[in-house]
Amino acid sequence: MEVPVLKQGPFLIATVQAALSDEDLVHLRKAMIERVVTSRSLGVIIDVTAMDIMDSFASRTLCEIAQMIHLRGADTIIVGIQPEVAFAMVQLGITLEGVVTALDLEEGLSYLKEKFDSDA
Amino acid sequence: MSKRETVWHETLISDASPDGSAVLLRELIAHLRQNQSQLREEWARRITEARLLTAMSKDELFAEATAVYDQYVEALETGTLEALQAYARSLSERIIPRGVETHEVVGIVLLLRDVLARSLFEKYQADFTKLDRILDAYEPAANRIANTVAVGFVQERERVIRQQQEAIRELSTPVLQVRERLLILPIIGVIDPQRASQLTEQLLRGIRTNRAKVVVIDITGVAAMDATVANHLVQTVEASRLLGATVIVTGLSPEIAQTLVTIGVDLGKMNTVGDLQGGIEQAERLLGYKVVPLDASGT
Repeated sequence: MEVPVLKQGPFLIATVQAALSDEDLVHLRKAMIERVVTSRSLGVIIDVTAMDIMDSFASRTLCEIAQMIHLRGADTIIVGIQPEVAFAMVQLGITLEGVVTALDLEEGLSYLKEKFDSDA
Repeated sequence: MSKRETVWHETLISDASPDGSAVLLRELIAHLRQNQSQLREEWARRITEARLLTAMSKDELFAEATAVYDQYVEALETGTLEALQAYARSLSERIIPRGVETHEVVGIVLLLRDVLARSLFEKYQADFTKLDRILDAYEPAANRIANTVAVGFVQERERVIRQQQEAIRELSTPVLQVRERLLILPIIGVIDPQRASQLTEQLLRGIRTNRAKVVVIDITGVAAMDATVANHLVQTVEASRLLGATVIVTGLSPEIAQTLVTIGVDLGKMNTVGDLQGGIEQAERLLGYKVVPLDASGT
């Protein structure tokens, strides 16, 4: 299951459409860290609204993506974690330490815009 | 249960020897019936003396004592405890709301047992062997009756407690929106793990439906907190963050603060403010609100 990555102004938006296999996640990681520089993006939004399960591998990969993108000079925000998923995650001790999160795509975009505006 | 009771009774009845316990039991019952008014009064007197069932008036007490006495003798006679059980249950239902304690109920049943035993001693004092046999027949039955009444009372009490717990649980904790994107979750009362997870669920759902950015959890009304609940609170804060909301916890009492530090719950990630007002003010700042008095004459 390929994750479509859209360019929206200075931001990249990756929308996860369905549950991802470990392989898909690795693929996503690779695609994101390549695209972020080739498209000269300032920020990346990963929308996980459609993910109804988030295991330790998925969350670790998301954290890694955020850290790698940071090293590549951009910001990452993860949006759309479902309430049930969030609750299950914290019960498993997965807290996405150090990663910015927001309610949905709109929130994520406004966060990045604000940050981009204040940086500029 | 009733089957066992019947068996117990039959062993008494089917004892065929002329001096068998069945005969003795019948004699015993006849004695209790003959002297019932005197024994009842004696019993009621001893209850008052022992200051039991003080929640009831004298007349009520006597009425109940009469009914219990009759049920008691009937239970001895028929050997089935069902009627007595049912009566004990309805009695409990009536007296529990009036604050009657377990020790009082056990106390009165034991008093009745004593009163009846005394009257037996008195009656058979000349014939010790007969008294011995009468007591052999009387004691197991009396003990079983006392047991039944006490258990009935405790069961009824537990049922009431369960019912109340259920009622408390159903008093849902409201998730309130006080400003655009600002929610308040006032928590009052005892938090058990079940209520804690219900709270978290409601809050997360509230964050989603109200698109909240900041949540103030006020725990002024929480008297105590143990490690499990504290960890649950931390989890709630983390889960809210995953949904993109900042949580401010307000109103930690000195006792809770002490407990949390002593048991070593990691609260480093929690944003705490002294009282609800401070919490709301901070939340407003986070959201970019500035509250100024309408009357600007001072400026």
